[in-house]
Amino acid sequence: MSLGSRAAAVFGGAALAKTLCAVHVVNAHLCGVAFVLGPSMLPTMNLTGDVVAVDRITARWGSVAVGDVVLLLSPENPRKTVAKRIMGLEGDAVTYLVDPAKGDESKTAVVPKGHVWVQGDNIYASRDSRQFGPVPYGLIQGRIFCRIWPPESFGFIGQKA
Amino acid sequence: MGPWNNLWLFTKKSITGIIIGVTISDRYLTFVSVRGDSMHPTFTASPTTFPGSLKGDLALAERFCLDKYRFSNGDVILFKCPSDHKQIFVKRLIALPGDWIQVPESSEILRIPEGHCWVEGDNAACSWDSRSFGPIPLGLVRGRVTHVVWPPWRMSQVERKIPEGRISSY
Repeated sequence: MSLGSRAAAVFGGAALAKTLCAVHVVNAHLCGVAFVLGPSMLPTMNLTGDVVAVDRITARWGSVAVGDVVLLLSPENPRKTVAKRIMGLEGDAVTYLVDPAKGDESKTAVVPKGHVWVQGDNIYASRDSRQFGPVPYGLIQGRIFCRIWPPESFGFIGQKA
Repeated sequence: MGPWNNLWLFTKKSITGIIIGVTISDRYLTFVSVRGDSMHPTFTASPTTFPGSLKGDLALAERFCLDKYRFSNGDVILFKCPSDHKQIFVKRLIALPGDWIQVPESSEILRIPEGHCWVEGDNAACSWDSRSFGPIPLGLVRGRVTHVVWPPWRMSQVERKIPEGRISSY
């Protein structure tokens, strides 16, 4: 390797490292993309998987509202990230169906300080706060605001009460 | 080479520096200042008015453990407070999922649920921890404290400590 090509390699490596750092900062602090899959958010999100855009700022500032779809670390397995809809913030009383497949028995719970109540849109096939209770706000990774893939269903994912 | 050119160059360099710094601090290593008495004697909240000194100890924390969530009992960890996500707490990890723990100040024996952990301060007398808020999800953990780096006379590695006779793994 000549001196010139070695210098070029070092220069290229540094440029690559800088680019990766910039990608990390944008993805972790401003706006990232995520792939979500599974039946729990039907019909908002497809069974076969969607690529969505995640806004990191709203969650950090603590201004997530009821009806937002959020990405959060599962309280039962920290290696898993799940998408759910916020149904209640701290202090809210949430009434929910215990098991919609078996009847309409409902319960009411009050969300404690610093916690949120999350549920999947498909209440028949979702593991959420109805099973594991309210989750700490700190588990929220971002707010999903836009679907970017598949392109024919591109569009904003808004609030739904 | 006017003054504007220099200013532009300086801005560019600073932004690059900040971006690299933030990335390292988010993914690999970070510094945290530990305030309060809950982790005494591992960390002390110094009452001294040493010029330019911080309120407490400065500690080095690593974030490599977050890739696989691989922790051991006795590690000192950083985690987001379960009732206020803007606060970061430093406590000792006492029990991991599946462990049985005897809750202090009661004879209750509790099993740590899947994906959760039990945290306690070293100074049981003034620590607000799992004894009040119960087991916390592992997803709240933000890193593992490895060294005390400031003040210099207390510079040392943070030891792993396990309280005896209270934990059993089955």
